[in-house]
Amino acid sequence: MTKLKSRHILGISHLDREEISFILDTAESLKEILDRPIKKVPPLRGKTIVNLFFEPSTRTKLSFELAAKRLSADTVGISASTSSVVKGETLIDTARNIEAMRPDIIVMRHSMSGAPHLLARYIDSAIINAGDGTNEHPSQALLDLMSVKEHFGRIEGLNITIIGDIAHSRVAHSDILAFSKMGAKVTVCGPATMMPPGIETLGCHALYDLRQAVRDADVVMALRIQKERQGMALFPSEREYARVFGLDTSIFSVIKESCVIMHPGPINRGVEMSPEVADSSRAIILDQVTNGVAVRMALFTLLLTDSREE
Amino acid sequence: MTGKVMSAILLKNARIIDPSRDMDLTGDLLIQEGEIAEVGPGLEGPEHALVVDLNNKWVVPGLIDMHVHLREPGQEYKETIETGTRAAAAGGFTKVACMPNTSPPNDNEGITRFILDRARKAGNCQVLPVAAVTMGQKGQGLTEFFDLLNAGAVAFSDDGVPVRKASVMRLALEYALNFDALIISHAEEPELSAQGCMNEGLTSTRLGLKGIPNAAEDVAVFRDCCLAELTGARLHIAHVSTKGAVEIIRRAKARGVKVTAETAPHYFSLTEEAVEGYNTFAKMNPPLRTEEDRRAIIEGLRDGTIDAIATDHAPHESLSKECEFALAANGIIGLETALPLALKVLVREEGFSPLEIARLMSQNPASILKVEGGSLEKGKSADLTVIDPDLTFTLERDSLFSKSFNSPFLGQSFRGKAILTIMEGQVTFDLNGLLKEG
Ligand SMILES: [Zn+2]
Repeated sequence: MTKLKSRHILGISHLDREEISFILDTAESLKEILDRPIKKVPPLRGKTIVNLFFEPSTRTKLSFELAAKRLSADTVGISASTSSVVKGETLIDTARNIEAMRPDIIVMRHSMSGAPHLLARYIDSAIINAGDGTNEHPSQALLDLMSVKEHFGRIEGLNITIIGDIAHSRVAHSDILAFSKMGAKVTVCGPATMMPPGIETLGCHALYDLRQAVRDADVVMALRIQKERQGMALFPSEREYARVFGLDTSIFSVIKESCVIMHPGPINRGVEMSPEVADSSRAIILDQVTNGVAVRMALFTLLLTDSREE
Repeated sequence: MTGKVMSAILLKNARIIDPSRDMDLTGDLLIQEGEIAEVGPGLEGPEHALVVDLNNKWVVPGLIDMHVHLREPGQEYKETIETGTRAAAAGGFTKVACMPNTSPPNDNEGITRFILDRARKAGNCQVLPVAAVTMGQKGQGLTEFFDLLNAGAVAFSDDGVPVRKASVMRLALEYALNFDALIISHAEEPELSAQGCMNEGLTSTRLGLKGIPNAAEDVAVFRDCCLAELTGARLHIAHVSTKGAVEIIRRAKARGVKVTAETAPHYFSLTEEAVEGYNTFAKMNPPLRTEEDRRAIIEGLRDGTIDAIATDHAPHESLSKECEFALAANGIIGLETALPLALKVLVREEGFSPLEIARLMSQNPASILKVEGGSLEKGKSADLTVIDPDLTFTLERDSLFSKSFNSPFLGQSFRGKAILTIMEGQVTFDLNGLLKEG
């Protein structure tokens, strides 16, 4: 494989196994740049990347921005508060205006599922979905894959357990698709009020008992939990959540010796994960952050491969 | 010759389908002075009669759509009474009942009379206004039923929104008893559908969209059936989309509750999978459901649990559909695709007879609304539709008569459509110029 089939990165659901492997291989080869004393290479000089964020985000935006800078691309950040969206301009208008400035890639985060898919129908720039509503967050899933692969040397055959709000988490959605596509066995676990209907069709199975769900896991991933959704509390209290689904040190006696702990961040310490677990040697949470930059560098490189060869 | 009253029209060699007499046979039909003058074999019209050989095309009583949104007054950029009724005539309809969720809503006799006046001036199709149940469709105080009925309203509904409170629905049904008026229920429990934008199920999980469970419709249908039973009033359930609702209505009917029901063509033609790719033209309320629900809807139509096919014609300008899925407006246009879909799905795939289609799309809506129609008997007003069951066409945006084009069926090919529509003896649609004189 020398180039991606997709013009955009809208979701893991649009990528096949071969494309995912190709992205991961590219990310691995680019990661080395991050350890150099001068962390900058020239391949995307003269390219413009727009970070279009309709939802507040610190980490993801920073990670995309760093990835672009490492490759010498110019970046422009537009956030919802400074954009004209608040003035009643439609999403399509906004996008067309940005497009008129000829960016090469638009990295987009939006609170509504399908928003980047809509944009992709109207504009020519490549689009990277940096999180759309409760749908997908593909670059997060790719960095999770990379971190697991880096640790275990493989993904195929591993048991991945994801804990938390499965219904409203785009990270969970993308991770389930990504890990199952790469041959891992995915188990999800969380309050039944946060389990979407037909979750099995995504390629995983659901359990309600935390201990049962983590017993055979090679990877346990806890999701950031949010008690209220659309004005309704989906569980009685954070205290109760922590007692039923939170990861504290008692989990170490249940999980396998080799099991690692992950979290997409930022962590609600003491709710989905106790500080002792987050800071333990089992956690590979900071590796995830580093790999995030590498994966995003890979996405930029691969999406712009075509034009570079011209 | 659209719009002109012909003194006499003789339709020869037609397949005459008259559900009011359970009749489906080949013959001739003579229209004179706006009435059906004669039906039978080998008719000879008066000398001046315009004679058309229909060559075994179907003649059915003028189609009646008991659920459309004409958007006037207030949202003329989506549709007007003129364009909406033109679309109706092109779809083979001679009567349409329009829902009250205009702006302002049809909650007083002034608006009812305005709608009727506009419709008369357009002359494309008879419009039967459905007035609001509650003032401003706010779900509190009742509208003046007596006044509205006198002005020409045929039924009451808060369609667009449900009557939220059971106590208000009960009151409306009780008050309707005084006039034997019909209450049409947009059955939805908003506490369960809140923020949902498509069916809750596998597809909503895959697309990360908030779903609306079947239960949101089922509990509301059950509530209203119980209230119809309690009060003894006439209740009609609009746009049935779930298997559960079909079953609840079936049981209520078996108990003798005065309940009737309609479904829309999209509920027997499409499933939630049409939403794939965040297709806002497949967004409506109630949402497209699953194959299991679609099957149950078809069986409900077959066994008479569902009495009528109504389009829920809901035109929207492109801006309200070209946006994020969750923000997109609900609804699709339906007047020009209802009959082609009924022929495709119900007749060709499911084996319904033309007589059954005429019952579902003309006779039953007429009897539920207590208006004339659904019959080709001698002496009746000449409301009829000629259908060419074999005419193939592709649904194109530019060929639509509606002002809007929000249809999930654009680009699809169909076989069979209305080619001639006559209302009270007037030609309101004539695709091939069959009745062009000279
Ligand atoms: Zn409705």
